[in-house]
Amino acid sequence: MHQIAAASGAFSLLWLVVALPLLGAAVLLLGGRRTDAWGHLLATALPVVSFVLGLVMFFGLLGRESTARSIGQHVYSWIPVAGFHVDIGLLLDPLSVSFVLLITGVGSLIHIYSIGYMEHDADRRRFFGYLNLFLASMLLLVLSDSYLTLYVGWEGVGLASYLLIGFWNHTPEYATAAKKAFIVNRIGDVGLSLAIMLMFAKFGSVSIAGVAEGAPKASAGTLTALGLLLLLAACGKSAQVPLQSWLGDAMAGPTPVSALIHAATMVTAGVYLIARSHAIFDLSADARLAVAIVGVVTLLFGAIVGAAKDDIKKSLAGSTMSQIGYMVLAAGLGPVGYAFAIAHLLTHGFFKANLFLGAGSVMHGMDGEVDMRKYGGLRKAMPLTFISFIAGYLAIIGVPPFAGFFTKDKIIEAAFDKGGGQGWAFGIAALLGAGITAFYMTRMVVMTFFGEKRWKDGAHPHESPTVMTAPVAVLAVLSLVGGAFLILGSRFVGWLEPVFGPAPESTHTIAPATLTVITLVVVAVGVGLAYWQYGTHPVAALAPARVTPLTAAARRDLYGDDFNEAVFMRPGQYLTRFLVFFDNRVVDGAVSGFAALVGGLSSRSRRMQTGFARSYALSMFAGAAVLVVAVVLVRI
Amino acid sequence: MNGFPWLTLLGLLPLLGSIVVAALPRGRDLLAKQVALGVSLVVFALALVMAIQFKSGGAQFQFAESHPWISSFGVSYSVGVDGIALVLIAMATILVPIVILAGWHEADDAKAQVKTFFALILVLETMIIGVFAATDVFLFYVFFEAMLIPVYFLIGSFGGAQRSYAAVKFLLYSLFGGLLMLAALIGLYVVSAHQLGTGTFEYSKLVGLHIGSGTEKWLFLGFFAAFAIKAPLWPFHTWLPDAAADSTPGTAVLLVGVLDKVGTFGMIRLCLPLFPDASKYFTPVILVLAVIGILYGALVAIGQTDMMRLVAYTSLSHFGFITLGIFAMTSQGQSGSTLYMVNHGFSTAGLFIVGGFLVRRRGSRLIADYGGVQRVAPLLAGSFLLMGLASLALPGLSSFVSEFLVLVGTFTRYPVAAVFATLGIVLAAIYVLLWYQRVATGPATEKVKGFRDLGRREMFAIAPLIALIIAIGFFPKPLLDVINPAVNRTLHQVGQTDPVPAVPVSEGTAK
Repeated sequence: MHQIAAASGAFSLLWLVVALPLLGAAVLLLGGRRTDAWGHLLATALPVVSFVLGLVMFFGLLGRESTARSIGQHVYSWIPVAGFHVDIGLLLDPLSVSFVLLITGVGSLIHIYSIGYMEHDADRRRFFGYLNLFLASMLLLVLSDSYLTLYVGWEGVGLASYLLIGFWNHTPEYATAAKKAFIVNRIGDVGLSLAIMLMFAKFGSVSIAGVAEGAPKASAGTLTALGLLLLLAACGKSAQVPLQSWLGDAMAGPTPVSALIHAATMVTAGVYLIARSHAIFDLSADARLAVAIVGVVTLLFGAIVGAAKDDIKKSLAGSTMSQIGYMVLAAGLGPVGYAFAIAHLLTHGFFKANLFLGAGSVMHGMDGEVDMRKYGGLRKAMPLTFISFIAGYLAIIGVPPFAGFFTKDKIIEAAFDKGGGQGWAFGIAALLGAGITAFYMTRMVVMTFFGEKRWKDGAHPHESPTVMTAPVAVLAVLSLVGGAFLILGSRFVGWLEPVFGPAPESTHTIAPATLTVITLVVVAVGVGLAYWQYGTHPVAALAPARVTPLTAAARRDLYGDDFNEAVFMRPGQYLTRFLVFFDNRVVDGAVSGFAALVGGLSSRSRRMQTGFARSYALSMFAGAAVLVVAVVLVRI
Repeated sequence: MNGFPWLTLLGLLPLLGSIVVAALPRGRDLLAKQVALGVSLVVFALALVMAIQFKSGGAQFQFAESHPWISSFGVSYSVGVDGIALVLIAMATILVPIVILAGWHEADDAKAQVKTFFALILVLETMIIGVFAATDVFLFYVFFEAMLIPVYFLIGSFGGAQRSYAAVKFLLYSLFGGLLMLAALIGLYVVSAHQLGTGTFEYSKLVGLHIGSGTEKWLFLGFFAAFAIKAPLWPFHTWLPDAAADSTPGTAVLLVGVLDKVGTFGMIRLCLPLFPDASKYFTPVILVLAVIGILYGALVAIGQTDMMRLVAYTSLSHFGFITLGIFAMTSQGQSGSTLYMVNHGFSTAGLFIVGGFLVRRRGSRLIADYGGVQRVAPLLAGSFLLMGLASLALPGLSSFVSEFLVLVGTFTRYPVAAVFATLGIVLAAIYVLLWYQRVATGPATEKVKGFRDLGRREMFAIAPLIALIIAIGFFPKPLLDVINPAVNRTLHQVGQTDPVPAVPVSEGTAK
């Protein structure tokens, strides 16, 4: 761990990176309708300023010795109670600045795009307010120097996600989707909360540096517990199995939201959390294995789901899960994998945002239609969207020299290099995932842009305005060059080395060149199969009913919701109903019973009030006798 | 300080105000409301002045006054505030004007006179200040019982359809608890007479007593029973949903948000320092009840169809957290619990008030009678959501700070209890968001047609709460600085120190 230098010079503006979008959110959400006319412009300008600040900081770090690239800024004392001292503090290092650039860069582009996309929405101001709130929270998440402030950002992005998924919550299903996302994420939050408590109990500190310092001295059980709790948190936020079920429904939000929050940035927070906590995972092989297994399962799960969906956004959502699965797998491989996980996270941020915005552009031109069976032949109607979408497509399936080729290839290679049975299992699964990715993406491109036009008579697909196509074009270029820039010459690995330490030398299970060829062959098979099925046969207007059990399962998200409903939701509803009954009848019943008892006794004793002086005299005499006896007995 | 009777003045002001309000001629309802609001604002201003003067590192009880009252029984009129009492009094004096403003029309339809409603609220404020400020245990008891009177009439004369039942249930339940406390109080007096020669009710003298362990347990139980009913702790809670639902929203705020805190305040102020060994002896049982309360309250809240009862059950869950933190007996747990009392006051007030706004518009407490409010009244829906998020302890809002402190403070000593309690955060998300979804989202239905959005008066009532919830969420330090010394003293009296971390590290953060 390198010394953390106090922020000075340009770095002293670090807090502004977070504060600017927060200011935007406050102005737009509190300012009300007065800000309708210009609110979206302010909300777009502020992230751009944050991005510029981020660039200044990036070059500032670049200009320092590689061992001196950790800058800390203490903002103020937040929660001081005896040994528990948490300050609002920021940490800028090669890892966090990479995220800052991704978040503010892609974020700014998506703000620009949204100006066009949301132009006709009456609530556009509120939308931009939420987007700014999201950016501020996400920036706090990645810049926090302690787990507790990270948690504030973590939950802030969850809130923004909830608000934006439910942005059109007058549609009941969308409101349900928003609630589901929040609640599933809360299950993950239990993990993060408990992890922070455990950190404090064991180390007396919840700062990232403090935990990293204490980790080597902690017991194996503590480290594994911390690792698994953090993994639970990551599963919630990053939609990894078993907490994956919310992401598909989250596509209810406006498409720019899907691009920014549910593809490029927020859902990658789990990967960030694991990478940021590398000091714990480095020391616990069990926790790492659990991480890798979650990643592998999810990368296949998401890809299979993505291959069965006809809704273009839901297919992309499955793809996002799958791609994050790759990142989680890489993070689970330990020191060799962190840098590749983050590299893939960045390139995925470019190409997936590109694809989502492209999908949004298609929907924009097709009056909100999302069913790919009702698209077809759109390449002529929307040439710019088509070209940029193809750039994203080539990037995600990993065709050289597009971005995904470099970053995903490295993950597959690292998986094999883990060695032993695990290495082979992870490697083959990752390879298989690449094939399925090629399949579902080709299916998507063919169904959308090629073949006969299948759209309804009333539809007039048209190209989107420049304010929407320009940001997509920038992302398309990044999808082309981003991977090579990061990976060639180990540029990014070297950049992150001060954070993760030097990557250990590994022996190759399969020679990299051979593996690359194998990967490309697998991808080609996926492309070929999809083209054969959707390019050479007519696409049915309705999804075929007679399908293999796997397809049927994949259409139902591999029964993820059915499982949750059967195991958690319905028993939970029964429990709730039972407890309401129990509370009314048993607990309150006991109280009422007691009251009735007292009432009954008093009405019995009331009968003694007869009004006859003789009976009162008798009871006085009896009372006096009892007293005398009592006194005599006590004296004896 | 220097001898000026700040606390007496603070306590008397609302009482005088209530006499003025009650003496106003019949039919001058608006004037009654204005006078009540004015008085409550003056009281708030005075409390603010006192809070600024309070020295967080100073004497235990500040603004202290003591005058003999019933000398033959060692009863005195002694008042003073430590950090815990101070923040609770501050919370109460903030909430009273908000309640008056939010409940401007609450009494209009009642059979009883409007001015009576506002006069009773001011009387109640006097009692609340008295009970938190009393440093003579007998005086505490007097206020503790006297509080019941204005609340009984507030519920019984101004509440909903079942108001008589709710009021009587509340009164009997509370009297039962109070009776047990009275018995224990007399016992304590006898013990003090034995040990000190003359019996006393003075808190500072009683704290040093050495009570035989058998007696101590019985005395503890007497006090604790009263507080567990008041707070309320599971399973002594069933009076609360009835009382909260069938009183006016304003009364519910004062009842659940402020009055019930006397229970948890009593635990930390009286039970622990007076009966340290008994407190430790009963801790396991109390922790179990607290955790049951957290989960049970949340689960039952999920199943409610009446929104006021829902809030009451969420409070059962929250009181579980507060009790948990107190009996975890760590700095974080107890400071967290004290802060929780304040934050819960604000967030629950918010929920009851917003609920009241909804009920006022629709005339129904049933959740099923709403839908799509966000379409027609976005500000109302937004305030509702924010209060809900405060209730589920969203990080960044005030209740997160206190809830997390309680959890972390509990975890260091009782990890299993903390783990179970943490599950409550998922349940909280369910009861809040399910409720919000049913009321505010979806298409604007016939049910909510013609809903006005928040009016100016309503905004003035709700805005300070929103501001406080956000401000304390990001900057709780001023409150914690006041609370921490008081909590440290309590822990010292109980003879507990915080558990030491297994592998302590020196923080690597930049300063």
